[in-house]
Amino acid sequence: MTAKSRWTLAASALVLAIPGILFAQTAAPPKIEDVAKAVADNTTSINFVWVLVAGFLVMFMQAGFAMVETGFTRAKNASHTVAMNFMVYGIAMLAYWVLGFALQAGGVGGLSTLGGYDQMNKLFTVHIAGKDWGLFGMRGFFLTGVAYNASVFAYFLFQMVFMDTTATIPTGALAERWKFSAFCVFSLFVGGIIYPVFANWGWGGGWLTALGANAGLGNGYADFAGSGVVHLTGGTIAIVTCWLLGPRRGKFNADGTANAIPGHDIPMAMYGTFILCFGWFGFNAGSTLAGSDSRIAVIAVNTMLAGAAGGMSAMIYVWTRFGKPDPSMLANGTLAGLVAITAPCAFVTAPAAVFIGLAAGFLVCFAVTFVERTLKLDDPVGAISVHGFNGAWGLISVGLFADGTYGAGLNGVASNVTGLLYGSAGQLGAQLIGVCANLMWVGGSTFVAWKITGLITRGHRVSAEVEEMGLDMPEMGVPAYPAQETLPAPQPAAAVLRQAS
Amino acid sequence: MKLIKAIVKPFKLDPVKDALHELGVTGLTIGEVKGVGRQKGHTELYRGAEYQVDLVPKVEIEVVVADDLVGRVVETILASAKTGNIGDGKIFIIPIEDAIRVRTGERGENAL
Repeated sequence: MTAKSRWTLAASALVLAIPGILFAQTAAPPKIEDVAKAVADNTTSINFVWVLVAGFLVMFMQAGFAMVETGFTRAKNASHTVAMNFMVYGIAMLAYWVLGFALQAGGVGGLSTLGGYDQMNKLFTVHIAGKDWGLFGMRGFFLTGVAYNASVFAYFLFQMVFMDTTATIPTGALAERWKFSAFCVFSLFVGGIIYPVFANWGWGGGWLTALGANAGLGNGYADFAGSGVVHLTGGTIAIVTCWLLGPRRGKFNADGTANAIPGHDIPMAMYGTFILCFGWFGFNAGSTLAGSDSRIAVIAVNTMLAGAAGGMSAMIYVWTRFGKPDPSMLANGTLAGLVAITAPCAFVTAPAAVFIGLAAGFLVCFAVTFVERTLKLDDPVGAISVHGFNGAWGLISVGLFADGTYGAGLNGVASNVTGLLYGSAGQLGAQLIGVCANLMWVGGSTFVAWKITGLITRGHRVSAEVEEMGLDMPEMGVPAYPAQETLPAPQPAAAVLRQAS
Repeated sequence: MKLIKAIVKPFKLDPVKDALHELGVTGLTIGEVKGVGRQKGHTELYRGAEYQVDLVPKVEIEVVVADDLVGRVVETILASAKTGNIGDGKIFIIPIEDAIRVRTGERGENAL
């Protein structure tokens, strides 16, 4: 926060506080301590409102994901796909409430912008090379005990919606063939364990955050709003599970070439993308956890610039390479730009944000072809390419483009976050370690969770027959789009009798 | 009486319908159909992978007319549905044994 904005804030807080002070103490002039307290309380209140409203915006991204994923799949699986996107919200949330939040944030320490509450202070650590390295938190199960506090609840809401973003990413990659029961069980693991442990490492005081203070690598792992914690995690889960589940029937020919399986509602997918663009303002700018931090304007602008640049470069790429500006790739390109800017949004200049977005738009097009033709994976919505590849690119771009104007104090390191192009190689090292750690932990734990889920639900995949006829009727019991009704609906017997009499 | 069954490009429905109306044809039935002819469809790219669009949407127009009108109806459909490009469609002419108006029971050309 600049000195000027600090003064503006102090002045406005004072104006808000004056009536209370006047009415309460008509006799004596206000004491300086009372004024200072009123200013601090107002700042905290502004931050509370900001964190909650930004969290509500991120929650609405669930609707965006539901529309994108359902639009990019076939009509015969639309009820099934949208139901996964709907239920992942609650299933993963409850697992996160029971277990995940405590693992992630149980040792997060003082919530400085939310009043400084510091009782979430128990971190499981290991002692290596004379330093402590955190692995997971141990306070806040069920949001009871010391976690029963307004600051912690605000923090829970904001962190929960981020976790749910991760949990809904794999449902797109596995759509049109994943058993609903297996989806339900697996989502408990994502919300309860897989996501929270990595989130602890990146945001909850875990070992990645300590790479700066303990090992001199810049500010340690710097992932402002979650290119890594949220998107790379979702992408890594998607790539492992997509490989384990196998492609949809008819996706690949005997000679290994791929067939296109067009989605059934492109407009819905595009509206969904716009909802995601909107929610992303909460995602990135909300991650200051402080409405009193004027940097939120820089973050919001960088976010919109990178998304626009991603859509633009993807359009140029597919138009020149494949002949037409395929709308599904315009949506993927825009989202790729947003995913990539999520980690660096607070630390980079506007031109750097545009460059990061342009690169993301190209990268996602390359990745879609690579995933399909080289890895032979069938990802109907491009989740691996959007969230995995560009999540990693976002983390790396912090280590390249962070310009050293923001982030002082992040992870207990006094200096601003500074990337390779501005003279610090250590930050890039921390980012690369973060990418590797994500692939290893998330990839490994996903594999184990997948196998356990498969034992519980007797496999992950619907039968060939169910897949051919579409999952809507056999799995969910209702089609998304009932056939056009040209014949009059049959009347109930009672109505017919009354008419006759 | 003949049944004239014309399969044309969907956007040609209105021109054909209007032209037949001007000619004095009082009734017709249409349906949305899909089909393939000598053009054998075409390929498109979605997310970088090819797919075959082999059944192309068309509109099928059915008109039953008296024998002496057949020539003019066919000419009218040709004039109003033709673009000169591939995929303009086909016209089939089929003899009709009888026609009955449901409301009155009239038969033959009187029922048309």
